[in-house]
Amino acid sequence: MIIGTPKEVFEGEARVAMTPESATQLQKLGYECMIESGAGKGAGYSDADYKDAGVTVKKTANALWKDADIIAKVRQPDAAELKHLKAGKTLISFFNPAANDAGMKAAKTKGANVIAMEMVPRISRAQKMDALSSMANIAGYRAVIEAGNNFGRFFTGQITAAGKVPPAKVLVVGAGVAGLAAIGTSTSLGAITYAFDVRPEVAEQVESMGAEFVYLDFEEDQADGAATGGYAAVSSPEFREAQLAKFRELAPEVDIVITTALIPNREAPELWTPDMVAAMKPGSVIIDLAAEKGGNCKLTVMDEKIVTDNGVTIIGYTDFPSRMATQASNLYANNIRHMMTDLTPEKDGQINHDMEDDVIRGATVTHEGEITFPPPPPKVAAIAAQPKVEVKELTPEEKRAEEVAAFKAQTKSQVTLIVIGAVLLLGVGLVAPASFMQHFIVFVLAVFVGFQVIWGVAHSLHTPLMAVTNAISSIIILGALMQIGSGSFLVILLAAVSVFMTGINIFGGFLVTRRMLAMFQKS
Amino acid sequence: MEFGFTTAAYVVSAVLFILSLGGLSGQESAKRAVWYGIAGMALAVAATLVGPGAGYWLLSIMMIAAGGAIGYQLATKVQMTQMPELVAAMHSLVGLAAVFVGYIAHIELGRVLAMDTHAREALEGFAGLLAHKSGVEVAILRVELFLGVFIGAVTFTGSIIAYGKLAGKVDSAAEKLPGGHMLNAGAAGISVLTLIWYFNTGGFLPLFIMTLAALFIGYHLIMGIGGADMPVVVSMLNSYSGWAAAAIGFSLGNDLLIVVGALVGSSGAILSYIMCKAMNRSFVSVILGGFGGTSGPQMEVEGEQVAIDAEGVATSLNEADSVIIIPGYGMAVAQAQSAVADLVRKLRAQGKNVRFAIHPVAGRLPGHMNVLLAEAKVPYDIVMEMDEINEDFPETDVAIVIGSNDIVNPAAQEDPNSPIAGMPVLECWKAKQVFVSKRGQGTGYSGIENPLFFKENTRMFYGDAKASLDTLLPMID
Repeated sequence: MIIGTPKEVFEGEARVAMTPESATQLQKLGYECMIESGAGKGAGYSDADYKDAGVTVKKTANALWKDADIIAKVRQPDAAELKHLKAGKTLISFFNPAANDAGMKAAKTKGANVIAMEMVPRISRAQKMDALSSMANIAGYRAVIEAGNNFGRFFTGQITAAGKVPPAKVLVVGAGVAGLAAIGTSTSLGAITYAFDVRPEVAEQVESMGAEFVYLDFEEDQADGAATGGYAAVSSPEFREAQLAKFRELAPEVDIVITTALIPNREAPELWTPDMVAAMKPGSVIIDLAAEKGGNCKLTVMDEKIVTDNGVTIIGYTDFPSRMATQASNLYANNIRHMMTDLTPEKDGQINHDMEDDVIRGATVTHEGEITFPPPPPKVAAIAAQPKVEVKELTPEEKRAEEVAAFKAQTKSQVTLIVIGAVLLLGVGLVAPASFMQHFIVFVLAVFVGFQVIWGVAHSLHTPLMAVTNAISSIIILGALMQIGSGSFLVILLAAVSVFMTGINIFGGFLVTRRMLAMFQKS
Repeated sequence: MEFGFTTAAYVVSAVLFILSLGGLSGQESAKRAVWYGIAGMALAVAATLVGPGAGYWLLSIMMIAAGGAIGYQLATKVQMTQMPELVAAMHSLVGLAAVFVGYIAHIELGRVLAMDTHAREALEGFAGLLAHKSGVEVAILRVELFLGVFIGAVTFTGSIIAYGKLAGKVDSAAEKLPGGHMLNAGAAGISVLTLIWYFNTGGFLPLFIMTLAALFIGYHLIMGIGGADMPVVVSMLNSYSGWAAAAIGFSLGNDLLIVVGALVGSSGAILSYIMCKAMNRSFVSVILGGFGGTSGPQMEVEGEQVAIDAEGVATSLNEADSVIIIPGYGMAVAQAQSAVADLVRKLRAQGKNVRFAIHPVAGRLPGHMNVLLAEAKVPYDIVMEMDEINEDFPETDVAIVIGSNDIVNPAAQEDPNSPIAGMPVLECWKAKQVFVSKRGQGTGYSGIENPLFFKENTRMFYGDAKASLDTLLPMID
């Protein structure tokens, strides 16, 4: 089958869904590759590069859409592009199915199969084709670079002969993939980075990237992100208030704010209010990565850079990945290539659209004339962390009372045991003759000594302990030795055999113990 | 005068034996402690030989020498991985000896009681001891020797089956004859009946029937216990061999036998208790065989096992700063302990923090792993117990699981319906990366699926442990 990639028609889009490198890999899967002339130009790949990689270059988009069985592209296709679809063709692209009913209906009537890259489920097996993550990673990086470009100072603090430079303070709101990438970039540039997220379990990830997690003084069990497929859920009004209060406190201090807070299929929550913008120092920069969904700051203008009255730059670009087209195309083309690998289990150049497969099923939005969106929940779910059980702090009095109670219970059980033991002993003593009682006392004391001594034995020496007790349990040889001289031939025989067997045991047991102990050595 | 000397010698040996066991509290003092034990044993045997009641001392010495020669051969030839088998086999000898000594006591008792008063006065040695007993004492003596023979017989067959299972000569799965525990209960019932019978008549027949019943109990009890429970079984048999010695000590009126028997008995009992606790199971449920009942369906294990090759493991190890290795029975089976030790030496030479985490029931014998690692010259101060190291996993870069399964099963903590729920386990999955060296995808001895293998930070390093490590070693630099 033929995989084709047309030139992106969206204004300013520089990415391309196939690179010469990914084309080589796709050909290994048995596919023929095809590209529209000039499609890779924005990403730095010329038609000649593609030809060298064995890709057929088509002059026009129409010819490409006609010949290719599988069309891989980046942006959501427009109405004109959708017209080219027909039964048996497969389109792999970002599709925004939640807000693209018209597109889905068009694809359905045409009978084409559409795989939406943003619908790839967030499970570990599908990470290699998770285009949202790879694009978010770029967006996070680029957000910091863009901020630096519009920020008049260094990121890192320096003390130079010409004067002291304070370090920039960066606040990253939302520690998803983009947020974490932004944190990493910002800390490596030397800024003091703070990060906030409604999911408390990401604090560890944030700290591992070198940023400081901003904790709220707020007591509420936050839903673990893993329960919602790794994405944030909507928070309660009280929580939101606490969060905003914290941001208000931070606003005058920070120089750069990068907001990345998105909730799936909803408008972006407002987290950076106009009064916070007003409280910021002139020259500060806000990068709103949620601009496409309305922005985390309501002053943001989508796709534009504005400067407020108090001199704060607010950037609402939505094309950060496209601004790094080469890198973005590389990663996206790899995502596509991995998707194709999963779709081609036989490596024979034929698509096997397996709707039983969690990943493929999840990403498919139309299949053989049916709309298959939204997908059922994946069979494999990320394991959500167990909610922590609250351990009640005990007051000193309660602790004391508990200790006393425990001590009393212990005393009680010990006394009971001693009384029962004593009664039993007395009972035995009433019937048994004195000679027996003498031995019995020895026995009880020995058991007692045994218990006391053995508790002290080191765990690592349990095997030598067994070997040595085995050797000394051969003390039964004494019995045989005492009897051997007494009586008949049968007695002598049995006793002699016993002595022989215990002899094996004594020597074997002690020697083996010595062998083992000699091996234990300190470093 | 002679009798006094023997008793004095016994006191000294008893003290030496106690010191010998007490000395095992540390690796260094343990080396001295063995000598205490040897000295105690030598003193006891010598004192008995010169003391009253002993005869044919030439024969005795010859028998000891012959036994000693065989024991020496065994002890020097045995592989450290075969330690559990050896210990089990030696327990069976103690059990059999106890049976024989009990029988002799019975025969002598019969002979002495048949004599008239005048003839009894002339008796010497062991028979003389018996001759001075009163009626009640004789009755007690019968109970004591009956018990000694009973425990001895159970120990004998039990140890032989345990030996067979450990040596792979008997199938290690839990097996029961039709009738299950009813057979054991029946055999125990017969033993009680024969005790009453023997108590009243003193005949040989009840003693013999009881011996057969006890032999059957020993056989059937241990057959019903699976391979994973062997640490408990071996220490339990150890305990039994002690109690048998103590019971015989009572019937012979020998305090040293009683003392040592009680020491060994309580030592084995404590070991069994520690092992049971490490598996979060009651002693009874181990003895009755099989894992305890579950209260619901087990959690479904989701995800897939991701394999990795030696190169991948080597890369991670080269980058890691801290490594924890968790060995299990699989390491013993594959004889991989020296390969593991080589790996550790190489990693430590690079200044990495490498440690071992030992679960109390790892292997088939209490402390089995420690002995194997010691044999491979792994310094004991980097070999940690579960409680010492469990908290360190979150700060660990790489955890390597070599041939262990149930002791690293997170289901014990996460799934209340798991058969091993509540058993303390090594929390290796909290490490940043876990490698599991394992022969195939099968479940462990308990047959429980292990969610660890499906975790996101787990990679499966399939293959025989020794072969895998040998390919891995040259890649560590």
